[in-house]
Amino acid sequence: MTAARTAQRLPARTGRVVRRPRRGELRLALLLLLPAALVVFGVVLYPAGRALVISFLDVDSPFPGAYPFVGLRNYTEVLGDRRLWTAAEHTLYFTVVSTTLELVLGLGLAQLLAAPLRLRWLFRAIVILPWALPTIVNGAMWRWILNAQYGVANAVLSGLHLQEGYRSWLGTDPFVALNMVVLADVWKNTSLVAFFLLAGMQTIPSELHEAARVDGAGPVRGFLRITLPLLLPSIALVLVLRTIEAFKVFDIVYVMTGGGPASGTQTVTFYTYLQAFSAQRFSVGAALAYLTVLTVLALALIYLRLLRQNEMRALG
Amino acid sequence: MAESVGELSRRSMLGLSALAGAGLLLSACDTGGGGGPSGTQGSGEGKITALFMKQAGYSEDDIRAMTADFQAKYPKITVEPSFVAYEALHDKIVAAAPAGTFDVVLIDVIWPAEFGSKHIVADVSDQFPASWKTDMLGGALATASYQDRFYGVPWILDTKYLFYNTDMLGRAGVDPSSLSTWDGVLTAARALKAKRVVDFPLVWSWKQAEALVCDYTQLVGAFGGKFLSEDGKSVAFNSGGGLQALQFMKQSLDSKLTNPNSTESLEEDVRKIFSDGQAAMALNWTYMFNAADDPKQSKIAGKVGVAPTPSGSSGGPGVNGSMALSVSSGSKNQKAAWTYVSYLTSAAVQDKYAKSSLPCWSASYDSSQVVSALPQVVPVAKKQLANLIARPQVPRYNEISQILQAELQNALLGRKTPQRALDDAAAQSRSLLT
Repeated sequence: MTAARTAQRLPARTGRVVRRPRRGELRLALLLLLPAALVVFGVVLYPAGRALVISFLDVDSPFPGAYPFVGLRNYTEVLGDRRLWTAAEHTLYFTVVSTTLELVLGLGLAQLLAAPLRLRWLFRAIVILPWALPTIVNGAMWRWILNAQYGVANAVLSGLHLQEGYRSWLGTDPFVALNMVVLADVWKNTSLVAFFLLAGMQTIPSELHEAARVDGAGPVRGFLRITLPLLLPSIALVLVLRTIEAFKVFDIVYVMTGGGPASGTQTVTFYTYLQAFSAQRFSVGAALAYLTVLTVLALALIYLRLLRQNEMRALG
Repeated sequence: MAESVGELSRRSMLGLSALAGAGLLLSACDTGGGGGPSGTQGSGEGKITALFMKQAGYSEDDIRAMTADFQAKYPKITVEPSFVAYEALHDKIVAAAPAGTFDVVLIDVIWPAEFGSKHIVADVSDQFPASWKTDMLGGALATASYQDRFYGVPWILDTKYLFYNTDMLGRAGVDPSSLSTWDGVLTAARALKAKRVVDFPLVWSWKQAEALVCDYTQLVGAFGGKFLSEDGKSVAFNSGGGLQALQFMKQSLDSKLTNPNSTESLEEDVRKIFSDGQAAMALNWTYMFNAADDPKQSKIAGKVGVAPTPSGSSGGPGVNGSMALSVSSGSKNQKAAWTYVSYLTSAAVQDKYAKSSLPCWSASYDSSQVVSALPQVVPVAKKQLANLIARPQVPRYNEISQILQAELQNALLGRKTPQRALDDAAAQSRSLLT
């Protein structure tokens, strides 16, 4: 309750400052914002605009120069390319499965981390480690673990007699390989999800749980009736964040499988990269990038909407 | 509160789109003008940067040692070498081209058409001495040329040889001379498997990468196939030798003579598996001999045999896997870059490091320094290097290769028949030849 009250007070105060700025202050503020604006313009807006222009031309070399205008041809061409739709299927599968797994596992992990255990700080530090690892390192690590000839996965599984002999994880079955990439992503990002949810859990007042216990609710009912509903805003937020991130997956695929076997782990962004840099079809790459942007933008709008609804509900 | 968030995001959205619009306008104004790389000859002194690859051929240590010798000889030039994995080399050259980050780049035999036609590397035909054209081996010269112009100087002359484990062959009672044909190799593999000398006698680099196309090319040559029709205007790999090559690959997987992990292996994986004594025969580049014969990194040192690539129904050409050193078009110091390239590619330097990579100069193969460095390999190489098969020399080779890699794997993994996979690859590649 206190949190809600402070939240109400805060915008009111900042609102007053914004509404009555003195002229000199405003100018100073703008001046101070200028460097940041320049940086944003230089590294975000200008390249984004340039990429849009390029997507309407036929740019086939990395050098500046005059290139023919082809209108929407790049877009129609990629939308008619079967390889894009295959890559989109892989991306969709990766996004749905990895996000779902991260959410379910993250929720369990957050419960565990919230429990009043001894050495809780140590557990929390260990859990955050995978997330602190750079994706490239994570990808290389899993590639070695899953190596068919020397990998630890094969050694452990056949040592425990869970499988007969060594098998290939990344090289013979495209669907298995895609799932292995999902596994590597889940291993790394579950900890991030868990920490988001842990933060959400800590805002739930303990009196609610105590009151529920007095009323005779067990731990399961307490979780379903109190923790879960009050955690919904955090869940929605982390869900959308992870969905957008998963949709843009590139580096872990590049390191683990290089898109193979039989293009079975090629995602949309990986296909974009191949078109732009390996094939030097920069315009096709730019068109693909813009199609990705449009999809991510749609996801982001849903995200903003959810956030707003949550805030309304929290206030109501 | 809910209101204010909505307003804020809407207002900032408006502001953002206004800024983005301004950005668009500005960037739209920028499309004309410029044009091509802006390199200059330079003073011939000062600092230059060079981009090499990390695997096969000369090692990183070799290149650093060569560079140190170069700087001792030309004290006014300093060189800063960089190294990337082969799989990243092409894209790095492309991405660095507009900025002129590298003065000297290492290019593969399949890139002169693309890099030359797009002016990413400089045309050095005028600096290329006439004597080099007669003194270098033909297969090497093809590495740097496209449409009778030279876009670099050949530096690594390489093809894939058949390596075998003499100890394993002996235990299975196989005579190494029977490995001169692919039929002989399969017979030997069956004997090795039947006598349980090794689980999978053969290992290949069939990961979805250029390495797969290299192995395929060598087999296409052996079965008398062609990538392109005589006029170069249509695809020809989906019939005859091209098809037989893929059927051969698939069959060796199905009969479990080939290690199934081949479809996730690159050349380095092949080297490790072979050096660990987990394969009896493998195709690989020259460097594997030296590495597999080195007790520090191999369990089979002293048991390594090497032979020319086996023949199929139509002889046994090796895939041309050579590489060249080029001066990048965006370099501001092309004179110094050329000095460095000329030094590294000179016969004296190549002969000195022959143990890692065999020289491009025909005279070197009679030099005692080269022959004594690799006494087993040089006689084989002398024979093999005279008979090479090239991958298609077309500007959009990379795209064709990507399609081919995916379809070859489709066939190897049993998702399509070899005929169907190659027909699909041909259908997708046809428009890329023009």
